[in-house]
This record gives sequence, C-alpha cells and structure tokens, in this order.
Amino acid sequence: MLKISNLHAQVEDKEILRGINLEVNPGEVHAIMGPNGSGKSTLASVIAGKEEFEVTKGSIVMEGEDLEEVAPEERAHKGVFLSFQYPVEIPGVSVTNFMKTAINESRKARGLEDMPANEMLKLIREKSELLEIDRKFLSRSLNEGFSGGEKKRNEIFQMAMLEPKLAILDETDSGLDIDALRIVANGVNKLKSKDNAVIVITHYQRLLEYIVPDFVHVLHNGKIVKSGGKELALELEEKGYDWLKQEAAV
Amino acid sequence: MDLKEKLISSFMAFESNVDVEHPVHDVRTEAMKNFELKGFPSKKEEAWKYTSLNNLQKVDFSIFPKEENTLEYKEVKRYFLHEIDTYKIVFIDGIYSSYLSETTHDGVDICLMSSALTKEMYKPVIDVYFNKVASKDESLTTLNTAFSREGAYIYIPKNKMPKKPVEIIHFATGNEASLMLQPRNLVIVEENAEVQIIERHQSLTTNEVLTNCVTEIFAAENAIVDYYKIQNDNTAASLIDNTYIDQKSKSVVKVHTFSFGGKLIRNNLNFYQNGEHIDSTMKGVTILGDKQHVDHHTLVHHIEPNCESHQDYKGIYGENSTGVFNGKIIVDKIAQKTNAFQQNNNILISDKATINTKPQLEIFADDVKCSHGCTIGQLDEDALFYLQSRGIPKKEAMALLMYAFANNVLASVRIQEVKARINKLIAKKLGVRLGFDL
Repeated sequence: MLKISNLHAQVEDKEILRGINLEVNPGEVHAIMGPNGSGKSTLASVIAGKEEFEVTKGSIVMEGEDLEEVAPEERAHKGVFLSFQYPVEIPGVSVTNFMKTAINESRKARGLEDMPANEMLKLIREKSELLEIDRKFLSRSLNEGFSGGEKKRNEIFQMAMLEPKLAILDETDSGLDIDALRIVANGVNKLKSKDNAVIVITHYQRLLEYIVPDFVHVLHNGKIVKSGGKELALELEEKGYDWLKQEAAV
Repeated sequence: MDLKEKLISSFMAFESNVDVEHPVHDVRTEAMKNFELKGFPSKKEEAWKYTSLNNLQKVDFSIFPKEENTLEYKEVKRYFLHEIDTYKIVFIDGIYSSYLSETTHDGVDICLMSSALTKEMYKPVIDVYFNKVASKDESLTTLNTAFSREGAYIYIPKNKMPKKPVEIIHFATGNEASLMLQPRNLVIVEENAEVQIIERHQSLTTNEVLTNCVTEIFAAENAIVDYYKIQNDNTAASLIDNTYIDQKSKSVVKVHTFSFGGKLIRNNLNFYQNGEHIDSTMKGVTILGDKQHVDHHTLVHHIEPNCESHQDYKGIYGENSTGVFNGKIIVDKIAQKTNAFQQNNNILISDKATINTKPQLEIFADDVKCSHGCTIGQLDEDALFYLQSRGIPKKEAMALLMYAFANNVLASVRIQEVKARINKLIAKKLGVRLGFDL
C-alpha cells in the first residue's frame, strides 16, 4: 500500500529525515517509536504532504503512485489520514459542518454528488457513538476550547468519518487519561480491517497495549535504526532508547 | 467648477427651499461658513493621509435629484432584512419613500428628519440635540450639517423599546449620471430605553454616487443602542459615514460595521463618554477586493472614570484593495479605572493589497487598563495544512479559515437574521462554497 524508499527531507536547510525505508501493507499496524527530535512527527507530516518540508531524495509511493507532486488534499482523497498531535482550532465552524465539508469535498474529487443530509446525519450519529462523543460536542466550534483529550478523540472521530486506507496517528496518546486512551484505541481497533493500515507514532509503549502493532520501528536521528515485532516496544519501555543510540553510533 | 464651488453655489438654491427663519438654519449657515473656509480634506492632513478625495471632487455630481423616483418593493426586497418584521425608513435618491417605509409614532417616534426639523412639536427636542455632538469643525461633517434636511429621526422615550428593529436604507436609482447624497440622522434613546438599528446605503446601478452621511446618537442613562452598518454597495458608490455618539452613565452602545462593497468608504466613528460605567463597543469586518478602499477612523474619548471601550476590527484584503485602521483613544486625567481595548487584525491575501493600521493612544490618567494590538499577516500555514489534510482543497480551506477569522466578530450581533445575512455575505465575498449552510 505504502512504500517509502530512501526518504530524505529537510526544513530550512536542516535535514531531518536521512534515508527512511518503510513498507506498509493492507491489514498491518506499524508502530514508530523513538526519542524526542528523532523525526517521527516530520515523517508523519511528509507522508501527509506538508509543504514546509522539502523532500530532497527518495520517494513515497502509495498504491503504485508517487506522491511527490500530490497536494495534501489529494493525498486525503487517495485515503491518507493524519491524526494531528496538535489539532488546529477553527472558531465559527462546527465539528459537524467541518465534517460535511471534508466529506463532500472528497466525494466531489471522486465525481460523486454531496452526501444526502439524512445519510450524513446517520453516519455522524453512528461514528460519534463509536467514540462515545456527546451530541452537543458536535455543534461546538472545531477544537476551540477543547481539552487535550477531546481534541484527540475528535481526531479519531474524523478518521472514523473519512474511513482512510492509511491512518497515521501522531502521538495520539499524549494528553489522554486512561479512559480516553481506551476509548480512542477501541475506536481505532474497530475501524481496522484487512484492507486498511495504521501507522502509530508514539513515544511510549502504553498505547501499544491497546493498539497491538505487527511491526515496531525505532527512529533515531532521521533513520530507522531497528525494526522488530511488538516485543521490541516492551524492550524499549524497559531499557529506554540509550542502548539503541549507542548501537546506532557503532 | 469643482465640487466645492458647486456645493457653495447650491447652498443658495437650497436656501430657497427651506425655512431660513427657523433656528436650525442658523446652524446650517454657520456650518456652511466652516466648509467654505476648509473645503474638502486633503492628504496633507494626518487624518486623511491614506484616503484621497481628489478623484471624487472631479466628478460633476448632481446635488439635488431632478425628479422623484419610485421603486417597487420586489426590486429591492433583497436589501431589506425581509425575514423579520422591521420598521423601515427608506429614501430614494435622497427623497423619502412613504411607499417603501413603515414608520411609527406609537409610543416612540421612528420617522423623518424633515418633519423633526420643521414641525413645532419636535422643536424642544431639536433644540436640545440637533448638531450637539456632531463636530462643528470637521469640514465634511459641517458640509452635511449645512445641507441637513432629510434623514431618519428616531426618538425612544424613557423605558421604551420599539417592537421591532429599525432599518434605514438609502437607495440611489442611477437616474442621475452622478449623484451626491447627504442624509442626516438623529437618534435619541432616553433613560432605560433601547433600540436596534440597521443602516444601509445601496446604489442600484453603476452610476457614480457619493454619500456624505452624518448620524448623531444620544444614549441617556442605562440606554442600550445596537447599530449595524452594512456596507456592501456596488463599485461606483462611495461613502463618507460620520457617526457621533454621546453616552451617559451606564449606557451600552455597540456599533458593528460590515464593509464588503463600495469604491471608497471612510468611516468616522466617534464615541464620547459623558458619564460613568459606560460601555462602548466598535466591531468591524472588512473584506475587500478589486481596487476598493476602506478607511476606518475610530475615536473613543474617555471623559469620566470607570468606563469601558472595546474595539475589534478584522480585515481581509485581496487584489489591489487598500485599507486603513486608525484607532484613537483619549483617556482624560480624571478618567481613572478606564478599561480600553483595541484590536485590529488583518490578512493580506494578495501581494498588491495594502493595509495601514495605527493605534493612537493618548492617556492622561495613571490608573487605567489600555491594550491595543495590530497584526498584519497571511493565513496560518499549519491551519491550512490541517484542513487540506482532511481533503479540503486549498482555495476552500483558505476561505474557511478567513471565515473563521472574521467570524468571531459576529458573536456580539444580537439580531440572528443580521448575523445570518452577514455570514452569507462573508461566504459570498470569499467566493467559494463552504459546503454547508451558514
């Protein structure tokens, strides 16, 4: 589904990604872990197409298509979804209206008519129940005055609405208490199928107890320095990242 | 003959049509003298540095329309707040249209300035209020005073509130090749009384129109005034809008100015706080394109202690448009415990658009809270990326962000239909489908 080869990316002449190789197939869950500043969030943003980052070498190929010249919104139309670490507040635009706009723009890109209002309402109701989101919450301005947990839950609600092929969860666990974490993870698990894939970016192993990865990759200094199964996450939790940094330096 | 000379000679013609024996005419004559002396303001004056009236002065404006014109309601319905019932004071080419208007004398007076300035029963009120807060010095205001004859007259006695909002609309039909209008409004809201007013100037053709309007508002103790100015005129219409507000203790006056259309707009909005615990609020949304020009000049004079003023102006400038925000706050020495807030945020969406923004604070008291902030920027890249990553194309995402940027000014709009109308105008002005009903 996604093939990243020798990816180098920089922002303002500072190289952050230094040769990433990663292959994600349908039905898989990949976890990307690593210390602060290792390039995890940059990788997420580059896959989603943030223009601030310049890809200097390598490629990102999604379902056989090179994404280099593809705008962020077109990547979304192709099924890429990024759950933001810091979702942006949009005053005056309700969660519901925002979702209507996003869904109908995606439909338009695929040559479809707007989703009928009753169908939209049904979908919103169904997905908000999945994430135990209160109806009143949906008429609030997008992310405005939301708590950290509400923002993250709202991100996963958006993911549920848009049904992406590839979901990238960037530090979705940060700022969540244990109940919120369980709800969010539960939502992600229910959305998982053999046809879609998830990349979980996290600093801690905690979330991976709920969203169990097939593969764990450790990112350090812009490179994947170690890959393994889910047991690697436990090892990292126990030993920290220092031993890997040393290993990488050798 | 330039416009100034034409106005001076027209004044004589004007005098043959009004009662020169009435005391009001002494006020007019005085005002005319001031205008003769000063003429039109030029860019050499600090207050007019960024707004030039030179081109307008070259136009051969008709000062008085030659004939009375009529309009059918259905032709102009869309300019009214037709979703709800309102009182209406409507003028066509400067002349009152009884056919389109709905005035009242039922406990309140919502009627015509021409009656108030001539009929004996209004004389006591006119003596006390007419031209009492308007500047006797500023040349365009005095020009309006000199020709003051018609406009809206609103008198709300103690403890009263009209059953519905009041709409003041000036239509220009384009029957004249170019027309100059000088409406004069007087709004008096007595103790514990309340009124909501929506004002609009609308030209119906692309013939040139210049409106030099003066509105005087008097808010007595505990009075509440909500004033909405909808400026969405076509591109051959220019407006100089002078508003003077006198507030007494505990009164609350809010003026919202929505500037979306017109060729040149100059808003002079002046608040004078003559009492304590006064709240003065000025809010504005400006969205311009083409070669449009809008100049917001606000003044709040804190004369007494314990008062507040709030200013929040948001501007979005595209294409070759230009904007000015000049916010002057004066806090007198005795006006301790003043809270004065001023905010002016602007987004430039074109390399050729310009905004000049200037806070001007003159504070003579030492125990006050005054804050001001001006920003000029582009749209937030992170926010744009967030929306795009949800599948919203860049153009629509920009529109949504600009909508969000302008939207928070609307929170204080108390008439839902006005809010809905402005929301729609903002969306339309931004030129994209937002994917939902606003």
